[in-house]
Amino acid sequence: MTGRIFSVVGGMFLLTVCSKGDNSHVQAAPPAVDPAPASATAAATAGGTISGKIKFTGTAPRNPAIDMSEEAACKSKYTTPPTEENVVAGPANALANVFVYVSAGVPAGQTFTAPATPVVLDQNGCRYHPHVFGVMVGQSIEIRNSDPVLHNIKAVAKKNRPFNVSQPSAGMKTTRTFTAPEVTVNLQCNVHGWMHAWVGVRPDPFYAVSGPDGSFSITGLPPGTYTIEAWHEKFGTQTATVTIAGTETKTANLTFAAR
Amino acid sequence: MISALLLAAIVAAQDTTAGKTVYVKWCAGCHGDQGAGDGVAAKYMIPPPRDFTGAIYQIRSTGSGNLPTDADVLRSIDEGLPGTAMPGWKERLSDRERRDVLAYLKTLSTFFADTTLRPQPLEFGRAPGGGDEAVGVGRQFYDSIGCRKCHGDLGRGDGPSAPTLKDDAGHPVFAADLHQNWLFNGGETVEDIYHRLRTGLDGTPMPSFSDLLDQKFLTDTELWGVAQYVRSLSPRDPPVVRDVIHAPLIDRGGALPHAPDDSAWTSVDAYWFPLVGQVIRKSRWFAPAVTGVWVKAVHTRDSIALQVSWDDRSESPDSAWLEHVGRLLTLLAQDDGAPEQAALWPDQIAVQFPVAIPTGMERPYFLMGNSSAPVYQWRWVSTARSAAVAGLGRGLERFDPIANAGVGAQAVYDHGQWRVVFTRALASPDTATQLPFRPGRAIPVAFFAWDGSNGEHGTRMAISTWYFLALDEPVPARVFISPVLAMVLTLGLGMLVVWRAQQKTSYRRQQ
Repeated sequence: MTGRIFSVVGGMFLLTVCSKGDNSHVQAAPPAVDPAPASATAAATAGGTISGKIKFTGTAPRNPAIDMSEEAACKSKYTTPPTEENVVAGPANALANVFVYVSAGVPAGQTFTAPATPVVLDQNGCRYHPHVFGVMVGQSIEIRNSDPVLHNIKAVAKKNRPFNVSQPSAGMKTTRTFTAPEVTVNLQCNVHGWMHAWVGVRPDPFYAVSGPDGSFSITGLPPGTYTIEAWHEKFGTQTATVTIAGTETKTANLTFAAR
Repeated sequence: MISALLLAAIVAAQDTTAGKTVYVKWCAGCHGDQGAGDGVAAKYMIPPPRDFTGAIYQIRSTGSGNLPTDADVLRSIDEGLPGTAMPGWKERLSDRERRDVLAYLKTLSTFFADTTLRPQPLEFGRAPGGGDEAVGVGRQFYDSIGCRKCHGDLGRGDGPSAPTLKDDAGHPVFAADLHQNWLFNGGETVEDIYHRLRTGLDGTPMPSFSDLLDQKFLTDTELWGVAQYVRSLSPRDPPVVRDVIHAPLIDRGGALPHAPDDSAWTSVDAYWFPLVGQVIRKSRWFAPAVTGVWVKAVHTRDSIALQVSWDDRSESPDSAWLEHVGRLLTLLAQDDGAPEQAALWPDQIAVQFPVAIPTGMERPYFLMGNSSAPVYQWRWVSTARSAAVAGLGRGLERFDPIANAGVGAQAVYDHGQWRVVFTRALASPDTATQLPFRPGRAIPVAFFAWDGSNGEHGTRMAISTWYFLALDEPVPARVFISPVLAMVLTLGLGMLVVWRAQQKTSYRRQQ
């Protein structure tokens, strides 16, 4: 069955929880299943760490309000009117939902095994949780529908094959994988035009997503000089160069300009 | 087995160099030199031409996101994609040329070189039959799996999510009007529809529903039921254009069916007239949303009523469609330079006649007449829906309304369809400018439509050519009596001749 090409056995719940990259949704959200951590394998490995804070200058654009009047089942999950999550800002211009990854410096030819644990993407309250996440090439993404309404999940990709599948009922699960590195693949629901999620697909575990306070941490790096790139859906990309000598922690703060 | 051999034969026979020659000559104008869907004509069509570089194909027999088989792509080349600018090439290109161009298309994306992505067709099985009962089941699942979200409660592409739909490139895309299966990109049969439900239309918002079968949310028979229901929404055969609208004489105590949903209309024959974009005069319009009108007409001894119905996804003006209009105006090439700002335009329809019934073949210019030979028009606008304006068209730029023209209108908007009834007395208050209707004559008629929520106004509209309207006369009694009289007379004369002949014979014998 060709439809199985991308599929890997799913259905397992997360066994390990990593300390970084999750909780990237900060709004008054429905009681979501806790999203998968951005990178699950690197934590155990010894090595250097790059951590820092993501900020922005200027004024963040207002996130548009979402009109959920067509979907009472989703609307009822909110106490305050929901908005889109294009720019999620924390205190002191901290910027959440930034995908930070090592774009250069990992020795060519070094391969990493994708974790057996799937990353869970939940559709709840007609929004995606998490909104931005990372996944390794070959790692499963388990897409769940917690809403009793039709969602379609469409992946718009260039280096990976796209897909577009439907989940008309609560409780449905679809498991998909990506086969090539790509920052980022856009997941979208066409029934609800406001629903977008962004997936950074990487060949190695050296990535993270900034939290509500803008902080991120990439661990387990062998000694070397690395380029790290930070990607934001509205503000574009920023890069920094960091040299790791041993098991030290180096700081790399990156600042975007609001636009 | 045979198809596998056939496929092997096809692959063996492909020649990418020859394919490129075919591609450059016939395909690049729309699909672009590098196959990125950016040829010179691309900015004049919705949906835009396929971008081959991503190897994302709408019409496949394979699962969502998978590459198409050679047979899938060949089918699109051979038959074209109905409802789009893509024609079928079966008649124009040889078998060899079509196979070569297929081979060349596959060089435009690296995905085809990836041997791990070898396409495998899904197993579709056969339509289970089941008639009306299956259609009823299909209707139930049409609702429960959410088809209505985009395609609307009655399937006219007017669902709540319809205005927001975009393809992978962010271009506006319509949810299909399921009442017009002859325009379905992937074909009109129940099998075609079922295949699209299973595979989805990659690159568009239409997802695959195969997972529902795998996860037992739906049985295969139930999904076939959805396809059967969708098929049942369109006529048994695609509508055939008949040139003459026959308006029967109705006798209801002289009362016309003024209301669009008057029961008198149900027994009246409907005539289909396709419309196309106005691309003759600036500013031209390449993406008309109204694909055609259904027309019914009746008359009494002194008046005429004309019902015009057309599918329209929006009851314009409707702010929900404003962003769609913006996307459309940005995407399409425009004659006037910078893209026009999207605005809340109304829906409109115009019915056009000559000023007088022509005595010869000569008719005014079909595109709203000209300054020397005007046309007589009835115009209706959705912002004043129980009124019509009559007037003289003197070319696209000039319309002179006539005061107190005596043309009435009533309209309903119902689940993606407008139905408008125009009424007028047969006799004209001013025969110099307003056509007098006479039974038994072929009266030229033409139609124009605007979907305001598709950016249509002014010269951006859908148009038809001239057709005819004929007010049928009651057949006079002499038409029936004359032949009977003639037969009786002939018979009588014949019998007289025979009788005379017999008289003569018997007279001779007696002698």
